[in-house]
Amino acid sequence: MRWCHWVNFPILTIMIWSGMLIYWANDEYSVTIFGHTFFRFFPDWFYNTLKIPHRLSEGMAFHFLFMWFFTLNGILYVLYTAISGEWRELVPKRNSFKEAWLVLLHDLHIRKTAPPQNKYNAAQRIAYTAIILMGVGSVVTGLAIYKPVQFYYLAWLCGGYHFARILHFALTLGYVFFFVIHVVQVILAGWKNFSSVISGFEVVNESPKPVTQIAKHEHAEEK
Amino acid sequence: MSTPKKNKNPKKELTVEQRITRRNFISFGAFAVLAAGAYEGWRLLYKSPEEAAGITAGARKPLRRALNKTELFFRRVFSDNHLVKTYPKSMAAKRVRVNSDIGIETNKKFDPATWKLQVIKKPGDVLQVTLDDLKKLPKTEIVFDFKCVEGWDQIQHWGGVKFSDFISHYGLTDLTKMQYVGMETPDKGYYVGLDMPSAMHPQTILAYEVNDKPLPLEHGAPLRLIVTVKYGIKNLKRIGAISFSNNRPRDYWAEQGYDYYSGL
Repeated sequence: MRWCHWVNFPILTIMIWSGMLIYWANDEYSVTIFGHTFFRFFPDWFYNTLKIPHRLSEGMAFHFLFMWFFTLNGILYVLYTAISGEWRELVPKRNSFKEAWLVLLHDLHIRKTAPPQNKYNAAQRIAYTAIILMGVGSVVTGLAIYKPVQFYYLAWLCGGYHFARILHFALTLGYVFFFVIHVVQVILAGWKNFSSVISGFEVVNESPKPVTQIAKHEHAEEK
Repeated sequence: MSTPKKNKNPKKELTVEQRITRRNFISFGAFAVLAAGAYEGWRLLYKSPEEAAGITAGARKPLRRALNKTELFFRRVFSDNHLVKTYPKSMAAKRVRVNSDIGIETNKKFDPATWKLQVIKKPGDVLQVTLDDLKKLPKTEIVFDFKCVEGWDQIQHWGGVKFSDFISHYGLTDLTKMQYVGMETPDKGYYVGLDMPSAMHPQTILAYEVNDKPLPLEHGAPLRLIVTVKYGIKNLKRIGAISFSNNRPRDYWAEQGYDYYSGL
């Protein structure tokens, strides 16, 4: 459902940005193993470049408005995907996890052939389903830290307030990681593929001889 | 590209190529228009004027509206049966974090010995309560995860009088039919407003002890508010006066762009 995809993009951007405005106020997370800190979230140059410091209240106000749109858009997507039956193209199949390796090896140019696929390949099925689950995770951990007393069971489910906050942060890092890979893949997939995500269809030239033209990313049949 | 041909023979079927071009044109056009609209909408919101300073201030007008609407929504799930998680005493921090001294700055003259809590029942009708009076009431202790709006949290152990016990003991129940409770430091430098349900929540405490010892000055001696269903910003130190109102009492951080409710 490409509408949800494009609606989500700016909303998630705003959520991540306002989340950073909030995080700055107590930026205590870092990657520390055996007492050695490898990376601190975030370095000062990062904050200053993005004009993050001293905007906690502003960040909260934006975050607690756009959380509604983020959640509603997510619900809409899940409902549509479930009712339309498109989930069949999306949810990993039993062999997807094995196949995803082959796709990965193919994409890294280690293997010559990729396994056959429909709309999404095995790796895409896993990644795109995971990102939806991450979205659910962000809403749940978000609620757990937003109203930890009223939704005490969510806070409990997320391992307590303190841990839920770490999860919420880690999920956000996950989105950024996803975004980087996603954009690289989109660039590699080429213009036609990208165009299909906007227009909803892709032109595939059927050659008389069967050719391994599998790189289609069809978003057709939506209207 | 296809327009001249179309004008000559309007009824002629479009070729596949033309249909592709046309659909792409419409799609990308719509995409561009919507993207520009979204950007413009964002710019309007980002540059929207600040609210008129009143009980709340410092936030963009539409965002303040959203905060207030969101408050109404989440008030529906508020319940006295939803309790903050409590911990064993052994888990409480030995060094309790001090984050702010607004209203209780050390250069201000203050003598805890002569302090009396002022309960303003109505203008001109003030009930005065000493610390010893309060200590005669049943003591409630709580060990819970104190949460700051900045993002840190710490397990802390507080002891004092449950606010609802205090209300019933002094026969103030009628006043709790009002919507809000206001509290201020003696110098009126820091002040908070609480919705009545949060104030009357069974875990809201007028605290005079931390870790089984009398409050030190930096933690708000002789009496401070511990309201577990709110962020730290509402947990006023050194309570000077308590009042009741149907309108939102003034609130220090709500005047600085923060959510008035700030409920957890």
